[in-house]
This record gives sequence, C-alpha cells and structure tokens, in this order.
Amino acid sequence: MEELNVLLLIFILVCAVSVSLTKNLLSAVIIFMAQSLAMSVVWILLESPDLGVTEAAVGAGVTSLLMFAALKKIHRMRDEKHEKKQ
Amino acid sequence: MKKSSEAFKNWLLSGSDPLEEEMIETLSDEESEKHEQTDESSRIRKERKSLKEYLYEKGMYRPARIVCSIGLCLMLIVMLMGTVMDMPYFGQADTLVNSELSEFYVEKTLEHTGATNIITGIILNFRGFDTLGESHVLFIAVCSVIILLKMSPSEENPRLYTSDREDQKDEDLVLSSLTRFLFPLICMFGVYIILNGNISPGGGFSGGAVIGAGLILYLSAYGYKRIRRFFTFKTFKVVSCLALISYTSSKTFHFITGANEIHVPIPLGTPGTIFSGGLLLPLNIFVGLVVACTMYALYTLFRKGDF
Repeated sequence: MEELNVLLLIFILVCAVSVSLTKNLLSAVIIFMAQSLAMSVVWILLESPDLGVTEAAVGAGVTSLLMFAALKKIHRMRDEKHEKKQ
Repeated sequence: MKKSSEAFKNWLLSGSDPLEEEMIETLSDEESEKHEQTDESSRIRKERKSLKEYLYEKGMYRPARIVCSIGLCLMLIVMLMGTVMDMPYFGQADTLVNSELSEFYVEKTLEHTGATNIITGIILNFRGFDTLGESHVLFIAVCSVIILLKMSPSEENPRLYTSDREDQKDEDLVLSSLTRFLFPLICMFGVYIILNGNISPGGGFSGGAVIGAGLILYLSAYGYKRIRRFFTFKTFKVVSCLALISYTSSKTFHFITGANEIHVPIPLGTPGTIFSGGLLLPLNIFVGLVVACTMYALYTLFRKGDF
C-alpha cells in the first residue's frame, strides 16, 4: 500500500507541474482531470471515502466539464497551431 | 439637490436614463478637446518612456525580470516557512488536535445524533451552521451565473431552440448506448450515497454531485429535448428553492430548540438503519437535491445559456 501511495503522490506532482507547462489548453484540462482522479484514490487510501467520491464527481467530473464548455465557447477545443493556419 | 430628485423621479416614472443626455454632451466636449490635443499629447507620449522601454534600452530588462521573480519567490518561501514554523509541534500534548473536542466527537456523536457515520453527524448536527451556509453559497453562486449567462428566449436568440451542436446532429452511438447502462447506475449510486449518509461514508454533497454528473452525462448523450421532459428551468427553481427552504426551516427549528434547551423528542431510531439519526436523513436529502440541481444548472448555463 505504501508504494502505491508514493507512486500516486509522484503522479499527482508530475501532473500538477505539467498542467502549468502545457501549452495546449485541452490537454491541460485532461491532465487536470487525471490529477483529480489520482487524488480521489489517495483520499480513499487515506481512509476518507466520502471525500474520494466527492473529488471524483466534482474535481474530475463537473469541473473539467465546465472547463470543456468554456473551451468550446472560446473555440480552443482543437489544436492552436491548427487554428492559426486556418 | 432639487434637480437630482426630479431627475430620479423622472427616471423612476418614465424609465429613461436622466443622465444620458448630459453624458453624451460631456463626451462630445471631451472628444472635441481630444482632437485639439492629439498632436500635443502624442508628442508628450513619445518623449516620456515607460520603465519597460527604459530597461530595454539599457539591456537590463531580462535581468531585472529574473531578479524580481526570484525575489518574489523568496518572499513567498519565507512567508510559508514562517507559517510552518508557527504550527504546533508534532505530538505536542496541548494542541487542538489532542483537545477533548475530538474525543467528545468520537465518543458522543452516536449518542447525541444517532449517526453511525461520525462525519455526517458532525457536519449536519454539531456544525450544521457551516453546511447551511455552504448550501446557500452554492445557491447564490448559481443565481449569479443565471444573472450573468441566462439568455431570455426571444427572436434574437434563435439558437436557444435548437441544439448547440449543429455539426453533429445525430446522437453519438457510443455515448448514448453507454449512457443507457450507466445513467440508472449513476443515479442509483447517488441516491444510495444520499440515503446512507448517516450510516456509511458519503452524504448529501457527494451524492448530489454524483447525481448532477449523471444528469450532465444524460444531457450530453441525448440532448436537450429528452432531458426537458423531466428537467426544465421550472423544475430547477421549484426543487432547489423548496429544498433550501425546508433545509433552512428544519435547521432553524433545530437551532432554536437547541439554544433554548427545549427538549423536542425527535426519535433517533436504531443506529445503523436508514431511518435513524432524526433530522439527518431529510437534511441529507435536501442538500443532495440542492447540489444536484446546482451542478446541472451550472453546466447547462455555461454551455448554452438556458435549460
């Protein structure tokens, strides 16, 4: 269990850093989603399953969906370079 | 003074802005002045350089930026480290963690609230004020989103009547056939979490969030037409307002009787069954309804501006 915990924490750290380094907004949101999912597993390992469920539903589900909706509104769903060429 | 009161009266009765004419006049005055001053002001602007340009000229811009950012980071690190140093030591005897409060919670929650799940007992009973404020904050947030984003259905917004996915009119096969299996399961899971909030981990907020996510999935799979059969703006208004009102009134009843030490026998039931914990089960249901409606409303308002 200890190894899984450490692995998940490292994954969360890597995700958190790469969210801020990614240029593409869509992939940033998806990485954020993955980070939230890993975080929910960590909550369950820390013996608070209620927080795990909330994190999975709100952090990974609804928040990212809201961000997707916002990205669609500002027409950034596709790659930015592709958009520029057009 | 008299003039302003008259203007206010005019505005109240006629609905036109009394300051409109004055503002247009002043604007035109300023504009004419601006045209005269354009040459002069542009000349002054050319002579006066900003700090950024000055630094660029000296070749100091990049180093200055690096020094500033390093300084900012150092300041932040010092502040955070200072906060950490102020924290109580690990294992110290007289910290808040080791006070009698947590012991009281662990030992007496079941006796006082009838909830096997201590967390629900704490957040809905001992700290009910917190949760009351939270659900109101959620409702206020969705109200401001409605004020900002909701478009009224009129001829100017014909897109409200159609789907916003004109490019993909057909239902997505994968999504819709998956949703047929998943939507009932997700809703059942959400209802299970809400109803078992006083026995097992979970509660109103998590269950409501799960149901809201399920509604969003249903919307993305089948579109607005099918979800309008059972969930419209009216449903949202009625459900969330009624849930908030009943939540607030039952909690107020709780507060008043508790503060005046009036003993109202609410049967706590057998611990471990669904109908236990007195007011906890209805409170959980109300919170769940508010949260589910809020999640769905936020998404649909962001996406389209209407339900």
